[in-house]
Amino acid sequence: MHLPLAFNAELFIQLLVNGITLGSLYALIALGYSMVYGILKLLNFAHGDVYMIGAFTGYGVLTLLGGPLSPSIAIAPLIVLMFLAAMVAAGLLGVVIERFAYRPLRESPRIAPLISALGVSFFLQNSALLLFGAQFRSYDSFVLGSKNPEFFEPGPLTDALFVVKNVNVQLIQVIVLSTTVALMVALTALIAKTAIGKAMRATSYDREAAAMMGIDTDRVIATTFFIGSVLAGAAGVMFGLLFSQVFHFMGFLAGLKGFTAAVVGGIGSIPGAMLGGLLVGLAESMAGGYLGGRWSDLTVFGILILVLLVRPSGLLGTRAIHKV
Amino acid sequence: MATGEDKPRVGVDDWVASVQDRREQRSGLAGLARRVDDVVPAWARLALFAVVAASLPLWMDRGDLFAYGIFTLVYVLLGLGLNVVVGYAGLLDLGYVALFGFGAYSYALLSSEHYGIHWPSAVSIPLVVVATALLGLLLGLPSRRLLGDYLAIVTLFFGQAFVVFVNAANPTVRGKGLTGGPNGIADIDPNDLFGYELTTRRQQYWFILAIVLLVLVGLHFLSESRTGRAWRALREDPLAAEAMSMPVNRLKLKAFALGAGIAGLTGCVFAAVLTAVTSGNFALPILITIYAIVVLGGIGSLTGVVVGAIVINVSFQFLAPENPQNNARILFYLVIVLLLMLSMRPLWRLAVVLAGTVAFGLAAHVLAEAISPSWTAGAVVEGGRFAGLISDWVIIPSGHDRFANGAYIALIVAILAVTRIRGVWRTLSLVPTVYLAAVVWETSFVEQPAVARWILFGALLVFLMTVRPQGLLGTPRVEIV
Repeated sequence: MHLPLAFNAELFIQLLVNGITLGSLYALIALGYSMVYGILKLLNFAHGDVYMIGAFTGYGVLTLLGGPLSPSIAIAPLIVLMFLAAMVAAGLLGVVIERFAYRPLRESPRIAPLISALGVSFFLQNSALLLFGAQFRSYDSFVLGSKNPEFFEPGPLTDALFVVKNVNVQLIQVIVLSTTVALMVALTALIAKTAIGKAMRATSYDREAAAMMGIDTDRVIATTFFIGSVLAGAAGVMFGLLFSQVFHFMGFLAGLKGFTAAVVGGIGSIPGAMLGGLLVGLAESMAGGYLGGRWSDLTVFGILILVLLVRPSGLLGTRAIHKV
Repeated sequence: MATGEDKPRVGVDDWVASVQDRREQRSGLAGLARRVDDVVPAWARLALFAVVAASLPLWMDRGDLFAYGIFTLVYVLLGLGLNVVVGYAGLLDLGYVALFGFGAYSYALLSSEHYGIHWPSAVSIPLVVVATALLGLLLGLPSRRLLGDYLAIVTLFFGQAFVVFVNAANPTVRGKGLTGGPNGIADIDPNDLFGYELTTRRQQYWFILAIVLLVLVGLHFLSESRTGRAWRALREDPLAAEAMSMPVNRLKLKAFALGAGIAGLTGCVFAAVLTAVTSGNFALPILITIYAIVVLGGIGSLTGVVVGAIVINVSFQFLAPENPQNNARILFYLVIVLLLMLSMRPLWRLAVVLAGTVAFGLAAHVLAEAISPSWTAGAVVEGGRFAGLISDWVIIPSGHDRFANGAYIALIVAILAVTRIRGVWRTLSLVPTVYLAAVVWETSFVEQPAVARWILFGALLVFLMTVRPQGLLGTPRVEIV
């Protein structure tokens, strides 16, 4: 451990920027956990692996369109295409998982879908290992769109968009943050304003009553899985663009962090997931910067356990009322 | 049902009570296994297991005894411990494997060259068991306040934190890393019986077997005792149990501590047998394996755990990369035929599917060869006696990475589709699905058996939960709403 002697503003701002970017990514993953938990009271352990599949889909599109060194189309539509493909693929995967691994278990004891979710997660991880191999795949976003990639001249994504106290804020960080904010605004609007959003809220209050009111709860649940997985797919591509490497096991740790974010913010609560994501991202970044990288994961888990012990329903969660 | 025929039965609904019997009648082979399990008394089952298991070293060589004998026993122990937590008390503990790791590392610290401490097993094992049980108690404490799901979260994070702590944090104590980081701790002493060191595989095997038998007997009586019955009541309905003035929290903690103690005990013998511990032995895959054992055998059944451990470990070792691939291949085709036998009634349907699959394969092979000879030019991996047969039946293109990936994805889609189709169409669609499974086995699973086994274990968990959540010998739950 090496605590700095004097407060270093540059380091702090750097960690702040990194933390917020990382946090927005975790928040996207957390939303999927939170929505599914809110509606089914199910911990979807496979969510992190949906995120991983999203990251691989993005990589697949990138490779199909010429690879990062010589992309065959302009870089802006390329990135949009990567996001779209990953979101659709992840969304469909989420629906399939729900249909085949969770729906048959809807009336079973609580433990059955949890074990099933564990199985799905493990199945997806190892399927990815079988299909893509154990090596890291690189998005090479550092040179993406660069004029001289063979000389490792940085591309526009890592360009500084603006500078705060000598700290560069890269274009990619701004893209990640603004995409996240846009997706969250869209999600909030969807849930607050549209008919399907209303149906989702009704189903999460009381599934049986919602079904009696003529809501097709199976469809609502499938939609929830679709939306949650779409967000995870987007997060997967963001991770690839930010950190340049994807591999079959990436979903596990990211899933845990997203999960932490959902629980810290209050599982089942959507603003809570956003807040929790930011907190976890900042905690990880700060712990990594001030305490050393090996403590960052343990810090995040420590925060989770602390929050669970002090306030089990999370920061913004409502206390569960147990009906007899 | 035998007792109280003449007394009025209070609180028993005849229809509900007989659901179990009706279910058994219907479910073919598994139903048979269950009936046998009901008829044979517990002591006879134990004696059979003890005799067969004890004779194993007499006809097995050292390597096999290690892989099949000792590992199975270790898995039996782990399954028994998890069964107490999940099966009896109904608590989802996802940090169980970390308790196993804690036990192994504690034993390693107390009896190895790492710090030069060499305590005899008679001291270190009880100490480690008590310490692990206390840790389990500590881990179980949140379950008093946190309901089911949150417990799963806390324990999952505990498990992950353990791996991170052992691997990355590795704090420095007395001049060297406490846990040895990624290298782990090596040169661990073997267990000893009051000074007599158990160095050969046979001695170790019999030592672990004795422990397994003791634990089995203990758990049998425990599950019939007041506490055991209370646990089952708690599992079925915590609220009703509490209303019956059962000390719910204390019961949960007891289950946690007992499960943890067994995990710690297993850790001690495991570390001693392996003579080295690394964090990889206590990570997620092992947790999945233990869950697969408990779930396959039947949650809450002791016989089930033993059967599950044998089945899972044997298939696990068959799928080990260092084993001849032909064993794994035979096992794979056997399991497919067995699954078809279990699920297909009447038997002529099964015959149609099998004959159809053979014919389909031959036709597909001829067709593929006619289009391009390179489509069937790939070599069979370690075919042995079956090499000729397989290469005439399964399409194995030369240089087949892409083909193998495509076939794998197609197989997943086909299996999912089969579960949705009913009637004759299902029988028909099974033909290409089974053939596709063979193609996937020959083109990708056979090359990465270690990955294949995790895929199959993951699929097994989902399959069992959706098709037969009570496993082979577990009690089907009748929930009255």
